[in-house]
Amino acid sequence: MSRRVALEASHAVAEAVRMADVDVIAAYPITPQTHIPERLAEMVADGELSAAYIPVESEHSAMSTCLGAAAVGARTFTATAGQGLELMHEVVYVASSMRYPVVMAVCNRALSAPLSVWGDHSDAMAVRDTGWIQVFCQNGQEAFDLTLWAFRVGEDPKVLFPVMVHLDGFTLSHVTEPVILPEQSGVDRFLPRFQYPFALNPDKPMTHGAFGPPEIYSETKLAQEVAFRNSKEVILQGWKEFGDIFGRHYHPVEEYKTENAETLLLTMGAFTETAKLVIDDRRDKGEAIGLISLRLWRPFPFEEFRRTMKGAQLLIVFDRCISFGLGGPVFSEIRSALYDEESRPKVVGIIGGLGGRDMSEENFDYVINRGREIAKKGSDRMLETVGIR
Amino acid sequence: MVEELTWKDLEVGNIVTEAGNGSFRKTGDWRTERPILDKEKCIKCALCWIYCPDAAIKPGEEGYYEADLYYCKGCGICASICPAGAIKMIAEEEK
Amino acid sequence: METKAVKFGERLVTTKEFLAEGHSFCIGCGEALAIRLAMKALGENVIMAMATGCDEVCTTPLPYTSWRVPWMHTLFENTAAEISGVEAGLKILVKKGRMPERDIICVAMGGDGATSDIGIQALSGAFERGHDFLYICLDNEAYMNTGIQRSSATPYGASTTTAPAGKFSMGQVTRKKNIAAIAAAHDIPYVATACPSYHLDLMKKVRKGAELKGPAYVHILSPCPTGWRYRSDLAIEIGQLAVQTGIFPLYEIEYGRYRLNADPPKLKPIEEYLKLQGRYRHLTGEQIQRIQEMVNEDYAKIKEKVAAFPL
Repeated sequence: MSRRVALEASHAVAEAVRMADVDVIAAYPITPQTHIPERLAEMVADGELSAAYIPVESEHSAMSTCLGAAAVGARTFTATAGQGLELMHEVVYVASSMRYPVVMAVCNRALSAPLSVWGDHSDAMAVRDTGWIQVFCQNGQEAFDLTLWAFRVGEDPKVLFPVMVHLDGFTLSHVTEPVILPEQSGVDRFLPRFQYPFALNPDKPMTHGAFGPPEIYSETKLAQEVAFRNSKEVILQGWKEFGDIFGRHYHPVEEYKTENAETLLLTMGAFTETAKLVIDDRRDKGEAIGLISLRLWRPFPFEEFRRTMKGAQLLIVFDRCISFGLGGPVFSEIRSALYDEESRPKVVGIIGGLGGRDMSEENFDYVINRGREIAKKGSDRMLETVGIR
Repeated sequence: MVEELTWKDLEVGNIVTEAGNGSFRKTGDWRTERPILDKEKCIKCALCWIYCPDAAIKPGEEGYYEADLYYCKGCGICASICPAGAIKMIAEEEK
Repeated sequence: METKAVKFGERLVTTKEFLAEGHSFCIGCGEALAIRLAMKALGENVIMAMATGCDEVCTTPLPYTSWRVPWMHTLFENTAAEISGVEAGLKILVKKGRMPERDIICVAMGGDGATSDIGIQALSGAFERGHDFLYICLDNEAYMNTGIQRSSATPYGASTTTAPAGKFSMGQVTRKKNIAAIAAAHDIPYVATACPSYHLDLMKKVRKGAELKGPAYVHILSPCPTGWRYRSDLAIEIGQLAVQTGIFPLYEIEYGRYRLNADPPKLKPIEEYLKLQGRYRHLTGEQIQRIQEMVNEDYAKIKEKVAAFPL
C-alpha cells in the first residue's frame, strides 16, 4: 500500500534515495541542504539503507568521490547548494562529459557575496551549461518523485548522464507537506538495477578520462551534445513509466489554466505554487491569464515550450537570479527560444525572490501588472525587479 | 589516424576500451643514440631491463637482455648503469 | 619461450608491463621508471585513479592509452577523493552481493603538485576517513608537465620557471614540504619514501602499502631530466646520490614509528648531487653550504624520530 505522510521536502528526497537503494552517498553539509545528508546518514546508521555514506571534506571531493563510485558501477547520490555547487563546479562538468549518471539534489541557494544561505536560483543558473539533465520541483511530492525518476533516466544505458533535481532552498527544502510514498515493489518495478556498461574491473581493463588533444576534443563535445539531446526520449519515457506505475504524470512544461490565455506567466520551482493562487484569483475574475512552469530545464524543452504559447499576446518571465550585465537568465533563454517562431508573444522579464526574499501573491500581482505595463509602454528602467527597494 | 575519427566513432564518455592500445607508437623514432650490447662482457644481471623507463629492453635469447629498437628512446640509462660496462651508446645512423 | 619473470636475488619480478611501451614520457624519465616498477609490484588486480600531470598526459591521449589495468582520470586535485569513491563503491557492491568478493587494490597516483599543493585537502580527507587504498606520489619536485613551475615540493635553491634564479633571487626560498610527515600525522598504517634507483626497495614498499588494510602513502622521488636539467642517462645515478647525500632519505613510518632503510655511516657531500643538475647551477658556494646545513638538520631530525622507537 502506498501511504500518505507528512514529510519535509528534504526528507522526501532522502526517502527517494532510500527506496532507490543507492549504493554510495558522498556529501558535504551546507545550508539549506543539510537535512538531506543528515537524514541519509541516519538511515544508514539505523540500517534502513545499505549504502556507503562517505562524509567527504568538501563539495569538490563530494562530486569527485561520486565519480569514482560511479566508475565502478555503484548507484551514487549527493546533494548540495549555493557555494557548494560552485566549489564543485569543475567536477560537475566532468560528471557529464565522462557520462557518469550521478544524481544530485540541489537546494537552490543564493551565491556569495554577500554570504546568503537563503534561496534563489543563482546556483542553478551557474551550472546551466554543464550537461546535466535538470529539473525543478514545485513541492514535496515532486521532490520525492523526481529524485526517483532521476535514477531511472540517468542510469538508462541509452542516456548515462548525471541528473540534477532542484528544490528552492528553505522555501521548498524545509517545508513539510503531505507526500504519497509508493510501495517498494512499485519502485523496484520502475527502477531497474544500475548496470554500468563500462565499470572499471581488472577482468576488462579500460581507460576512463583520456585527455583530448585538439585533433579530437571537438568531436567529443559534439558526441556529448548529440547524446544529451537524445536523452529527451528516455526523459519522456521515464515520466510515462512513472505515470503508469504511480499515477502521477509529469511533463517537461506544465501548463496551468492556459486555455485561451492572453497573458502567460512563466515561473520555475516552488514559487510556481504561489503564482498559481494569483492565476486562480484572476481567472475567477474573468482574466484570460495562465501560467507555464518549466519542470525540465535541461535539455531545454524547446518543442513543448513553444507549443504552450498558443496565441498568447504576452509572456512574463519571472527570474530568481540576475545574470550580471545580461538580466534574467531564464528570460533571455525564453526570448531566444521564441525568436524564430512565426507568431510569438511579447516577452518581458522581471527579477525577484533573490537571497531568500519571499514572493507573495501581491508580488506576483505586481509582476503581472508591471509586465502588462512594460508590454504596452516599454520600460525605461535598467532592470525590472519586484520587491527590491 | 586520429584525424580520421568522427564524433560517431567515439565510445560513450570517450572511454578507451582496448587496454594498452597506445603501444603501436614508435618511440624509437625519438632516438639520437642507440645502445649496443657486448655479449662478451654481459653478466646477465638484468639491471638494464629493470631500469629502462620505456620497458624497451626485453629478455631475449640465451638470457641476454637487448633493446627493442622500436621503442628505445636512446636515453642511455642502460649504458650508464651496466655494472659490467657491456653497453655502449653509439650515434643513431643517418637515415 | 617467453620469460615470465626475472630473478633478482630471491625476488621474482614479472616481465609483464602494465604500463605499455610506446608511452610519451621524456627520454630518460625517472617518473616513468618509478611507475613501471610500481606497476610490477602491484600486478593486474588494481583499479587506478590518476591525477592530471606527466603520468596522465604521457599515457592517455585520446583515443589511445598506455594502461593495461583499469584506470581513471578526472581532474588534478581530486585523485584521493576519486579513489575514495572507487574503494567505497567496490566495498558496498560486494557487501550488497552485486559483485563477488575479490582482492582489488585501490591505487591513487599523482605528482607532487597534485599531492602536496592542490590535492592536499582531498589527500587529508581520504586518510582521515581511513579508506583502504595506496596513494603513490610521484615527486619530480615541480609542476613538470606544464613546464617546470614551482611546487611546495620544489627543494630549497632549485630554479623553476615561477621561482627562477635571477639577479635578485636564488630560486626556491622555501623548504620542501614534508608530505610524508603530513601523511604520518594522520596516523595511517604505512608511509614510505622510495626512489627508482633502489628498485627492489621501491617495489617492496609499494607491495607492502598495497597489501595492508587502510591508507598507505608511498612517496617516490622521480628524477626529471627535463626539469632538473641533467643528461638523459643519469636518472639512476642522481637517485642514488639523492639517497647517499641524505637529501632524500629512504625510510618507512609504520603507525608513527620511523625506520631508516639506508643509513650510510657518512653522507656524501650535497654538492655531488647538486652539481649534476642545471636547476642548481646558479648556486653560490655559500648557498650550497646552506643547503648542506639544511640537509644535515633534516637528516638529524629523521634520525631522532628513528631513535624515539628503539628496536
